[in-house]
Amino acid sequence: MAEPFLRIAKLVKAFGANQVVKGVDLAFEKGEFVSLLGPSGCGKTTILRMVAGFEQPSSGDIFVQGQSITGLAPNQRQIGMVFQAYALFPNMTVADNIAFGLKIAGMAKPQRLIRVDQMLELIGLSGLGQRFPFELSGGQQQRVALARALAPSPQMLLLDEPLSALDAKIRVSLREQIRAIQRELGITTLFVTHDQEEALSISDRIVVMNGGKVDQFGTPFEIYNRPATRFVASFVGQLNTLNAIVADAAGQRVTIGGASAVIPALPAGVHNGQAIALTMRPEAVGLGASAGRDIALSGTVSEVHFLGSVIRLKVDLGGNAISLDTFNDQRTPPPAYGSPVQIGIAAQDVLVLNA
Amino acid sequence: MKYNRLWAWIVIALGFAYFFVPLLATFIFSLRMRRGELSFDAYASVFSDPRFFASFGYSLVIGVFTIIVGVLVVVPAVYYVRLRLPWLRPIMEFITLLPLVIPALVLVYGYIRLYNSSSILPLTGSVLGTDILLICACVTLALPYLYRAVDTGMSTIDIRTLTEAAQILGASQWVIISRVVFPNIMVAVLSGAFLTLAIVIGEFTIASLLNRPAFGPYLVGVGTNRAYEPSALAIISLLVTWGAMGMIQLLARFAPKTARKD
Repeated sequence: MAEPFLRIAKLVKAFGANQVVKGVDLAFEKGEFVSLLGPSGCGKTTILRMVAGFEQPSSGDIFVQGQSITGLAPNQRQIGMVFQAYALFPNMTVADNIAFGLKIAGMAKPQRLIRVDQMLELIGLSGLGQRFPFELSGGQQQRVALARALAPSPQMLLLDEPLSALDAKIRVSLREQIRAIQRELGITTLFVTHDQEEALSISDRIVVMNGGKVDQFGTPFEIYNRPATRFVASFVGQLNTLNAIVADAAGQRVTIGGASAVIPALPAGVHNGQAIALTMRPEAVGLGASAGRDIALSGTVSEVHFLGSVIRLKVDLGGNAISLDTFNDQRTPPPAYGSPVQIGIAAQDVLVLNA
Repeated sequence: MKYNRLWAWIVIALGFAYFFVPLLATFIFSLRMRRGELSFDAYASVFSDPRFFASFGYSLVIGVFTIIVGVLVVVPAVYYVRLRLPWLRPIMEFITLLPLVIPALVLVYGYIRLYNSSSILPLTGSVLGTDILLICACVTLALPYLYRAVDTGMSTIDIRTLTEAAQILGASQWVIISRVVFPNIMVAVLSGAFLTLAIVIGEFTIASLLNRPAFGPYLVGVGTNRAYEPSALAIISLLVTWGAMGMIQLLARFAPKTARKD
């Protein structure tokens, strides 16, 4: 089997008695855009900093194309990095910032100037080379930081929450731009974020981290639709949980608030009368009976959130509460607060999660 | 409200008078050398004295070397403490305040005892050695001011992230300090440098006990033998100090701007 581009093997990092990364194993292919996703303190930034060389692992190894880089200093790793706080050198112009790594690499001035122009064009800031960082907006500064990181043609790009300091609109446009540039250059990229929407929208694969361990490593589709753990299911996207009782384990039949349903995903090993938790995404639930939604439950509307094109409803099922999304219909107003409704759930979309 | 503002103005006026009345008196006295009229004779007398220029020039050279040595010691020290040893900061604060607590007299007697001509490192045995000792002493005296100026300068920039950004781009420690850190704290360093210069120009105790021809001992010497020239010299010294402070203000305009957040 071919050696992956970046391989992290049994990586452990402890700060005193506090172990923040607990034996992580990962492998990334060349040209992949991988996001490390997780809540604060899950160890994602520590892994990124160990790949960059700013932190030394307590144990374990990091390989790039089969060669260990664990003992190398950050300036020997040929890695580009973009920081959350931009980290542009305030005393240098945009062009000087971009040329910094090239100068250190010993590139001759004429080639350097050409490369700086290429990078400015790539990030769409041609003509702003002589400005100082303080003369740019946050989004522009982060694009310059990206150009500076990419200018020396690094073998890998690390992005440490580069969009967190920006406002929502710029964040969306910049993440699309980052993804487009990454695709154009084909550079292997490791992106740290705590924003699940960001990770889902631009990644080839996502590493979901929890408490210093990898909970799941997969494509956005897999992570969202087939979460491996309860944590992944609840951290990535919205999740409904319904309490149910196993009525017939062999026939995969359960009862939910008196209603009976067959759950194809019911795991082996459950027994009759056992209380279980069924989970599903809001989009797996619909208003009223419809084809494919074979579990029908009745309840009352307890919350109505009009979000524009989508309306999110919360329905009280007497002991269970469920959120569901429905598209806005200009001719039909959404159900009113307190009104009785019937909901339908597709049994095949129901997940029974491990702890 | 108006009552409060009146009191504020009274306090300011009193402070202003406390500071400027003695200066004005000294200045007027320095103009009274010629009997019955005001003149700049005392200033002419000072400037015609070759020892004035010799001692001032000597102190200036000592001041420049003090700044160079001070900056070479303080900038890397502050940088590494901020970056790698933040727990050491309170200790650094304490150590750098010691020169304000320990009298210069104690310092110079310690130096003479440690570096006299019969010691292992007989610095006082030669003119160059004594000059080196004087520079070291002046670095110590200027430490509280230089350290704080540099430390404040470094606190205005994100030293850790800038260091990491430069490091990942391939920069060595020397390149990081000389091309990233130093230019961004240049104004702070220059502020500290001018404060150091002002201290060295007026330094008397150490230069006198080490028997060096500095400006401080010259000032005191003139003060004991002449009537009007000391006042003229005090005003000149003050103008030199104010000039140094003015330079700090001027250079602050060239400080690298911090990033705009939006």
